[in-house]
Amino acid sequence: MTDMLAPVAPTELETGSALEYLKNKFPDAVKDDTRQGFGGVVIDRSKLVDVARAVRDELGYDYLSSATAVDYHGISDHMEMVYHAFRTSGGPALVMKAQTPRENAEVPSLVGVWPGADFQEREAYDLYGIQFPGHPNQKRILLWDGFDGHPMRKDWKEAYYEEDHKPFESRWPKGYVRRAEELNIFGKNVRYPADLDLSRLTDTSEQSIYSGMGLGVDVQELTAEPGQMRTDRLVVNLGPHHPSTHGVFRMVVTLDGETVETLEPVMGYLHRNHEKIGERNAWLMNIPFTDRLDYISSMGNNMGYVMAVEQLLAKGARYTPPTYRAEVIRVLMVELTRIVNHLWAIGFLLNDLGAFFTPALYAIAEREKILDFFEATAGSRLMCNYMRFQGVYKDLPERMRGTSNTLNDKIRDFNTMDYLAELINERLPRSIDELDHFLTDSEIIKTRCEGVGILPPEMGVAYSATGPLLRASGVPYDIRRMDPYSIYPELDFDICTRPNGDVYDRYLIRLDEMRESIRILKQCLPRLEATQGEDIFAGNKAIYAPRVPVGEAYGRVDNPKGELGFYVVSEGDPKGPQNPWRYHVRAPSFINLTALGQMCKGHKVADIVVILGSIDIVLGETDR
Amino acid sequence: MNGMGILKGLGVTLKHFFQTYVDDIKYGGRKYIGNENFETRQGLKAQGAYTVQYPEEKLAMPERFRFVPFLVVEEPDHPDRAGHDWCTSCGICAKVCPPQCIWIVRSEDPVTKRPVPEPEAFFIDIDICMNCGYCAEFCPFDAIKMDHDYEMADYDRTGVGLHIHDKPRLSKPFSYYYDIAPTTAAEEAAGRGGWEHPDVIKEKKKSGQPVMDKPWHMLRAEDPEARAAAAAAAQAAAASASASAGPKVDMAAERAKRRQEALARHRAWKQ
Amino acid sequence: MSQLDLRELHSPEFPVPTDMQGNVAITSLSKIYNWSRRSSMWPLLFGLACCAIEMIATAASRYDLSRFGMEVMRASPRQSDLMIVSGTVTKKMVVPIVRIYNQMPEPKYVMAMGACASGGGPFKEGYNVVSGIDQYIPVDVYIPGCPPTPQALLYGLISLQKKIDGQSLANMDDVPWYGVGPSDPVPVPVLGPDIIDPRQAELIRQQAVLAAQGKPFGVRELSGAALGVRAAVPVVEAKPALEAATASTEAAAELDPEKAARLAKREAALARKRAAQGGEKSE
Ligand code: SF4
Ligand code: SF4
Ligand code: SF4
Repeated sequence: MTDMLAPVAPTELETGSALEYLKNKFPDAVKDDTRQGFGGVVIDRSKLVDVARAVRDELGYDYLSSATAVDYHGISDHMEMVYHAFRTSGGPALVMKAQTPRENAEVPSLVGVWPGADFQEREAYDLYGIQFPGHPNQKRILLWDGFDGHPMRKDWKEAYYEEDHKPFESRWPKGYVRRAEELNIFGKNVRYPADLDLSRLTDTSEQSIYSGMGLGVDVQELTAEPGQMRTDRLVVNLGPHHPSTHGVFRMVVTLDGETVETLEPVMGYLHRNHEKIGERNAWLMNIPFTDRLDYISSMGNNMGYVMAVEQLLAKGARYTPPTYRAEVIRVLMVELTRIVNHLWAIGFLLNDLGAFFTPALYAIAEREKILDFFEATAGSRLMCNYMRFQGVYKDLPERMRGTSNTLNDKIRDFNTMDYLAELINERLPRSIDELDHFLTDSEIIKTRCEGVGILPPEMGVAYSATGPLLRASGVPYDIRRMDPYSIYPELDFDICTRPNGDVYDRYLIRLDEMRESIRILKQCLPRLEATQGEDIFAGNKAIYAPRVPVGEAYGRVDNPKGELGFYVVSEGDPKGPQNPWRYHVRAPSFINLTALGQMCKGHKVADIVVILGSIDIVLGETDR
Repeated sequence: MNGMGILKGLGVTLKHFFQTYVDDIKYGGRKYIGNENFETRQGLKAQGAYTVQYPEEKLAMPERFRFVPFLVVEEPDHPDRAGHDWCTSCGICAKVCPPQCIWIVRSEDPVTKRPVPEPEAFFIDIDICMNCGYCAEFCPFDAIKMDHDYEMADYDRTGVGLHIHDKPRLSKPFSYYYDIAPTTAAEEAAGRGGWEHPDVIKEKKKSGQPVMDKPWHMLRAEDPEARAAAAAAAQAAAASASASAGPKVDMAAERAKRRQEALARHRAWKQ
Repeated sequence: MSQLDLRELHSPEFPVPTDMQGNVAITSLSKIYNWSRRSSMWPLLFGLACCAIEMIATAASRYDLSRFGMEVMRASPRQSDLMIVSGTVTKKMVVPIVRIYNQMPEPKYVMAMGACASGGGPFKEGYNVVSGIDQYIPVDVYIPGCPPTPQALLYGLISLQKKIDGQSLANMDDVPWYGVGPSDPVPVPVLGPDIIDPRQAELIRQQAVLAAQGKPFGVRELSGAALGVRAAVPVVEAKPALEAATASTEAAAELDPEKAARLAKREAALARKRAAQGGEKSE
């Protein structure tokens, strides 16, 4: 064994050797996943916690990126929890799986090892009905208490269920149109269980939210110390309709006076069943749906999904990776998106601070300039739907020109490359500097932000925080460098970090990252010029139902909000319907919220809003 | 010094405030006149606030802009296929549509029951359509395209033909498509090898006829009289051909009838 | 002046007495009323999903809602006139939305922005998505698109203004809040095993009774054969307990007389309105 000759610390083992190490240490519990196209190890669920602890402490995989469930109903009739752990020092994933029968599904909770598993396990419980013994707060997270069934299970059918896979047969060639609600006797998207208990039609969905909050406690007992003022705790509901919760997010806060004692995020108000629909869709159909995850940075979402599926496609025989020009265009789009997103984030952070709308107005005005470019290239301001497997939708247009159609239309006509050059070299740097000038030194902002909502680096990693949130705590973890993809290895840029991990640093790091993005964009411009006229698509663009080989893949990108991962599984007959068996989104906004409760503890009510704003969430992605 | 940061920030606000007026003065009152000023105001050189005065002036949409789809049909006076659909009802758009909001009824020849390459009815539920543009991207006949007309607010959505667009509502002549997307249309024409429907081009190439090197509505505009005569002659020829072919089912009338039937069924279903 | 019918003042042709000519301008009272209503429509600061981003972009300086008197986005429903439902309405969210709607003072308007709010949108098939907010609260204007661009939203707002312009103070059906009084609150849906619209409680009960007799639950008797469409709704096995089904659900069965009178009035007004509309159409 080479290990003997040149001893390597276990924390630096390659993934392959790390798996060997695990197998040696737990010979009974850890087995290779031998299914075709799958990787990693399958762990006996009774030993899961021990193995996970070894993976974290001995092998150094300190960061749990994603934990998700898969239902193999009809294939092998078990359910599976899939964990992707990474090292914050970089490198590929260590994939672990724990299997459980579908009846009385149960997998030990890993919250004790990686606290970042908290929300993800709750989600698996909510959608798959897997129990997690050892989970401190196992209850539904996206749906409400009392919901009938666990909807992501393969045998659970929704009210508008038509067929297992798209395309549906009723659409062609005899597509007599009808609305789905016309087929339902209630005229709504509802289905009730057959044993519906009509005698109790009261709303109990709020009860569990408030349970465990210490309501109705004897006031006298609360503050036992003599001589102190006796106060009762106050429960305040922020949201889901609240101007500062960035959408339909809700927090239930217990206050002691003005100070936050506990904070419980309540979500699911925008749970649009992205994953259920995604498993019904064909592979290609999911790209426009990913636009609607983080709807401020749709290009980044496209990129993550497309890269995950390309990993799967690469397992097949005839696959050509995207052309160089396609990669350059992708990076161009993604970095522009980062600027769009950070402008938005800063603008609305200031909104939360009380500087109502002026900074946001300036930020939005600059953002419009980038959106104009997106609109001319991809066809839509927000929902770009621009990337395709093995390429992009269309090359950049030669001119960004409007065409007059309705009355009073005014035409603009710019040369695209000139527009881009001016945008990247002049307009954006200037406006970022202006924003910096406008806000950074302001004493009000400093007083409100400095030292507020501190996330220590160890805690950030443990809670699986990613993106600017983690980097502002001083952890230089950027997937573009640590697990590089696309053309990032050849580009010159730095990973931004800030030392303090408070709200002010999270504001500053967004400025830094925009500046780095500009640096990357400037390097993209000559590459665009040099590859002018080259192909933007490898393979046959007319194929709308690509054959995706059997297997699993986890594609992740550094989205502006953090790590966006897509776990996709392709199963079954390659000649049959082509749709993902499992389509899971590891949403940064969702997982970054895990630490919110901890970060807010001890701060004032007004700070909650600011801390939330500095995490920068978007609900489309949080609730999916 | 305490307070300097705030003052600095307020300076930026003040700058923004004045920039707009400085800009107004620079234009000398011509700010809202003419396309060129509009272009500067809405471009990268804009200073201050650059509002689009919406109902009076509108941003023209770029060619690739996607709103809801429409179907391309030939011009009503096209010499060979007046008013004919480009769509061959191949069903690809219905298959790629992510939220499955396209419904197509394929025509059948009433005698032989064989499919006829044109749709009998075509519906798109725009309350489901996500404006993704896949239908336009993957249609092999360039028959369905993304519209630019976004002014579609309604007071009601459930009536027939309101938010479920049916074929008459979806159909727009080729010249309209050419107007909203000239460059894209030219690219596609180059891909097809001519400005006509791919099937027509194939047939013409087989029989050695010349294909149009420009869209019909432009040819017509260039040389109106000759074209009109040609169209009349072509129609007469077609008429005589159909007359000489004996008692054949009038496809156009049959088509219209079937479409009406489909619609009636749909209406009945709704009630 | 005592015999003057106030309604005559709605006509701009109302004869001005000679000695007052030049001093008074006659315009229709409705016109002023409509003008002031439509020029200060305050939207509720309320975003749901992706469409909300476009709504914010519309409120920003490039498209600038304030040109229409709508820049005052109010976070409190008590201060707002217009609810822009901007995005996907989920079952979990429809409960707060109905509550907020009930809290808005009249006159109130609802605008369904985007495909999702109008009819379910791309996520319609999802198990947690409501197929259009109009299943729960009345909607005045629908704006298609996914998302509607800011210009499309502005067009929708202008359409709403036009709708208001078309209303008349003389017609109590257009302004029922002056005639029959404030409208009744919309019943707030209940989150049970699935969302339950209290207005449908009776229907659900009937279905459950049928199910107890062995008939399928929640499935429409399809005339689908005529359409060649398969009955695609999942048929739920029928096995509920009859006792549970027959248990009464109507807590609010008894209406107090005042409310009943108001309801009757409203019904009459609606009937009149429908008749008027029918008349227009047949013309
Ligand atoms: S893909 Fe094109 S030709 Fe085929 S049915 Fe659709 S619109 Fe018609
Ligand atoms: S644009 Fe997309 S969603 Fe709309 S009809 Fe075309 S394919 Fe379907
Ligand atoms: S209509 Fe489209 S953009 Fe608007 S909320 Fe729905 S999915 Fe998002």
